[in-house]
Amino acid sequence: MTGGAGIEYTGVRDLRGPLLFVEGVSGVGWDEFATIALDSGGRRHGLVLEVDRDVAVVQVLQGTSGMNRSGTRVVFSGTPLRIPVGTGWLGRVCDGRGEPADGGPPVLGGSYADVGGAPINPVRREPPNEAVLTGVTAVDVLTTLVRGQKLPVFSAAGLPHLELAVQIAAQATCAGEPFAVVFAGMGLTHTDAAFVRDGLAARSAARELVLFLNTADDPVIERLLTPRLALTVAEHLAFAVGRHVLVVMTDMTAYSEALREVSAARGEIPARRAYPGYLYSDLASLYERCGRIRGRPGSVTVLPVLTMPAGDITHPVPDLTGYITEGQIVLSGDVQAAGTYPPVDPLASLSRLMRKGTGAGRTRADHPAVAAQLIAALARSRQVRELADLIGRSALSPTDLRHLDLEDVFRHRFLEQGTTEDRSLGDSLDRAWEVLLTLQRSQLGMLPADLLDAHASPRETAR
Amino acid sequence: MTTPGNPAPDEDTLAPAAHDNPAPDESTLAQARHDNPAPDEDTLPPAAHDNPAPHESTLPRPGYGGPGDGADRPRVLRVAGPLVEITCPSTAAMHDLVVLGAARLPGEVVAIHGDAATVQAYEYTGALAPGHPAELQGHPLSVRLAPDLLGGVFDGLLRPLHRAGDLLTAVEPSAGDVDRRTWVFTPRAAEGTEVAAGDVLGEIGARVPLRLLVPPGRSGRATGVAAAGEYRADAVLAVVGGEAVRMAQLWPVRRPRPVARRLPGDVPLTTGQRAVDLLFPVARGSTVAVPGGFGTGKTMLLQQIAKWCDADVIVYVGCGERGNEMADVIEELAELTDPRSGGRLAERTVTIANTSNMPMMAREASVHTGATVAEYFRDMGLDVVLIADSTSRWAEALREFASRMGELPAEEGYPAGLASRLAAFYERGAAVRTLGGASGSVTVIGAVSPPGGDRTEPVTAHTERFVRCLWSLDRDLAYARHYPAVSWSESFSRDAPALAAAYARAGEPEWAERRGRVARQLAEADRLADLVELVGITALPPRERISVLAGRLLREAVIQQSALSPADAYSAPEKTAALVEAVVTVVDRCLELVDSGVEAEAVEAVDFTPLLRARETAGPAETAPVVAARDTVLARLAEAA
Repeated sequence: MTGGAGIEYTGVRDLRGPLLFVEGVSGVGWDEFATIALDSGGRRHGLVLEVDRDVAVVQVLQGTSGMNRSGTRVVFSGTPLRIPVGTGWLGRVCDGRGEPADGGPPVLGGSYADVGGAPINPVRREPPNEAVLTGVTAVDVLTTLVRGQKLPVFSAAGLPHLELAVQIAAQATCAGEPFAVVFAGMGLTHTDAAFVRDGLAARSAARELVLFLNTADDPVIERLLTPRLALTVAEHLAFAVGRHVLVVMTDMTAYSEALREVSAARGEIPARRAYPGYLYSDLASLYERCGRIRGRPGSVTVLPVLTMPAGDITHPVPDLTGYITEGQIVLSGDVQAAGTYPPVDPLASLSRLMRKGTGAGRTRADHPAVAAQLIAALARSRQVRELADLIGRSALSPTDLRHLDLEDVFRHRFLEQGTTEDRSLGDSLDRAWEVLLTLQRSQLGMLPADLLDAHASPRETAR
Repeated sequence: MTTPGNPAPDEDTLAPAAHDNPAPDESTLAQARHDNPAPDEDTLPPAAHDNPAPHESTLPRPGYGGPGDGADRPRVLRVAGPLVEITCPSTAAMHDLVVLGAARLPGEVVAIHGDAATVQAYEYTGALAPGHPAELQGHPLSVRLAPDLLGGVFDGLLRPLHRAGDLLTAVEPSAGDVDRRTWVFTPRAAEGTEVAAGDVLGEIGARVPLRLLVPPGRSGRATGVAAAGEYRADAVLAVVGGEAVRMAQLWPVRRPRPVARRLPGDVPLTTGQRAVDLLFPVARGSTVAVPGGFGTGKTMLLQQIAKWCDADVIVYVGCGERGNEMADVIEELAELTDPRSGGRLAERTVTIANTSNMPMMAREASVHTGATVAEYFRDMGLDVVLIADSTSRWAEALREFASRMGELPAEEGYPAGLASRLAAFYERGAAVRTLGGASGSVTVIGAVSPPGGDRTEPVTAHTERFVRCLWSLDRDLAYARHYPAVSWSESFSRDAPALAAAYARAGEPEWAERRGRVARQLAEADRLADLVELVGITALPPRERISVLAGRLLREAVIQQSALSPADAYSAPEKTAALVEAVVTVVDRCLELVDSGVEAEAVEAVDFTPLLRARETAGPAETAPVVAARDTVLARLAEAA
């Protein structure tokens, strides 16, 4: 299997986009890792995308700029890309290929792992049922993140998804159990990259953070590697070391565009919007690496962030992501325009695993009922708002008017939060009660009577 | 998949089969592989490598075991992900099984061009290189069918997942751990009688009553019929026409198992889901597609049907879906009790789990694997439901591979053969007269995940043409947390007329009437809802206002159903009928009231909560609490008058 290892090939036949075609190779396997030396002295890395008889097609992670046919030498490693894994990654800042970007030495580990990972056996998976608390009220109460879940943030250009991602990465905890965050930035501007580093400095100093940053001017193809490095490091921290690991991956749209670029360079038949037909499987190979394994401590929770081009939720990237992930947190331009941070659209957002991860013994006994009632009330509020726009406030019934009030209280007392404000779950749930109690008790049919008795203020009870 | 390569120790005791595996040139291998087509096999197509029944004393377990090295073997030429090209002898046939490289990755021949063949690999092909050996197995991709499938969880090639490790690497599950479970066998065929394919040789005691049948293509004198007792699945229980018959048998996944004839479907499959049973009923042996965008509750609805429908065996194929969801299904089925047999629901279920990050091409095979398993149980005279979630992921696997093969794309990059492949899959669903004369059925329910919720995309558009029922899930309903979000305006059931006739014959003529009334009332309410948005409810005449109210009552009291509530998750036909009856009676009374001059507003103000909560307060098969709720509301209406 390692027939090609160690031999230096110079038979470069073609260079096309990010692809390098080497001929005369023998024993080179598919998906092998390759090191490429340029005659100008530089070294680059690549992966074998196809091998046909004696021709290998190599995808060069740093791009093919400056490469020529005569002076380029390629060495194949004989195995798919493996990286060192271990706790040595904690506290480090690296570029999108895992090279140190903090002036420190290269990261070494006791063991190595394939960056491609291996699927978790479905019968060995433990269904997720415990929460990760983020300190963000809208997320914790309405779309609770569950350990082992994959929950994306759907955003659009100009919305503060990076602020929200950094806030969650900085504040997330797992009820005092060992925790770590692996943050993979793809195609970030330098300003954004600096924002991420600053925002997560405390977590990094506490050796609870691994940061991989591929900036917008870094090689595009490198982005295909960045999330795989992050997940490989995270899997080891979770399933071998026993930490609960939150993997934040932003921006998945930039990742998908890199995938499209490689696909186009290979002349593959395009599917929707010229994305390759295997976009679903490729995204799934990342997102599905979350989870818990029976009998092992630790968990991998994945929070991908993606910008919907032109705000279109039917665009292939958010659409296919939505089919793979277990819910979504949707940011809305309308809420943002009203000046509210975080601009979460509560009705479009959903956490599918929340049912199992909340309630008595998980978060708080009243949590599931409160969240369901709040969503129902907000749905009604939205209908009333539309009605009021059509026929005017004066034609509304008193109950309808209360629903309009509820929307305002929701926005100002519940949703609105500072970018560094870390709210306890108790505080967040109490705020939910405050919002709900703008309605009369008879409008709160989804809440059991004993909960209402315990939480209703004297003012409300008197009515 | 199975490699019947282990040289069988008892080979010499068997008939000197005319071996039809012409492939390998090493005589020793060929010898070991006599896959023994019996000479009397005239009912089977004259293809080579048919007769999948091996005659080794121990059936090989699914895995990658097989013969060792040899000279002049076919070699790998090209590797591009799951697409592998190999040199290929002229004897290789389409859809032959191939094992690739030292890691013995399974694959299937999908194209032959000159002296090269294209193979789709069922495992990750990392590090596979040109020059590595490839070995043609001389038979198509086949799976081992046995009673022990019930209750098990398998991958797309029917390899048991409970024997694999935490992570699924290409390393084969350890060999030698043969299933040691035994099954009670009771002979039903007398020694020496002439039997034909499909005849019952004996009964097998499991939670679901199983039978040992004469395999398709065999006939002759039954000898050596085992005495009553407990046997392992691979024990020889009889010899028919000179060949051993075991509980376990191999069958190629892409070949539908033969039947005597197809029967018209007119027996209802009760799913326990009111939206389905009431409005869009499905007959046993029918085909259903469930299209719905993400978040519309497809998987939830299919899981409900897997849990509660009154079939004998459920084959649940999780095809390119979420790992956590599969884990959840597996756990829930293991915990839930089958209301009919009293056993665990898992014991009547075969789960095929091919999550979205497991190898792509095994996903392509998994729906055929599922159909083959379903047909195996059907042939024993059982009613089987095959659930595939989601067929869109399967179609995407077809697309990916077609694209790598350089096939000319038709719509949206899908291969031109998409429609016929879909049609062929759904055609494996049927109510049949088996070869042995029993009646059995396979009902196929396939989820469809239209990209962007676009119902005109190729997979949805073609699937709609081939199925008999469509349960279309509506995003607006799901958004309003109305579950199951089956749209009454965009779904259909072509089985409904046949089932209505069957109900009428069975003495329940009011079934069709009830269905018609609910459908009309919902359509009327929808029409009026558009009007209300424009002019407001107060602008409507009283009778129309009651129609709007009736729509709401039907939606909330009858059509909505909570999958999470123990009382409501399953609704027996009598409870469904009682709920409809209650709402219809109340609506009729409301109409009488407004006709007699009572203000519509006063009627609307009546508290209908008992009626809306009746589906929760009554148990799964109870009707009395529903009647009581109806009477409470009728009394309140009387007060309002």
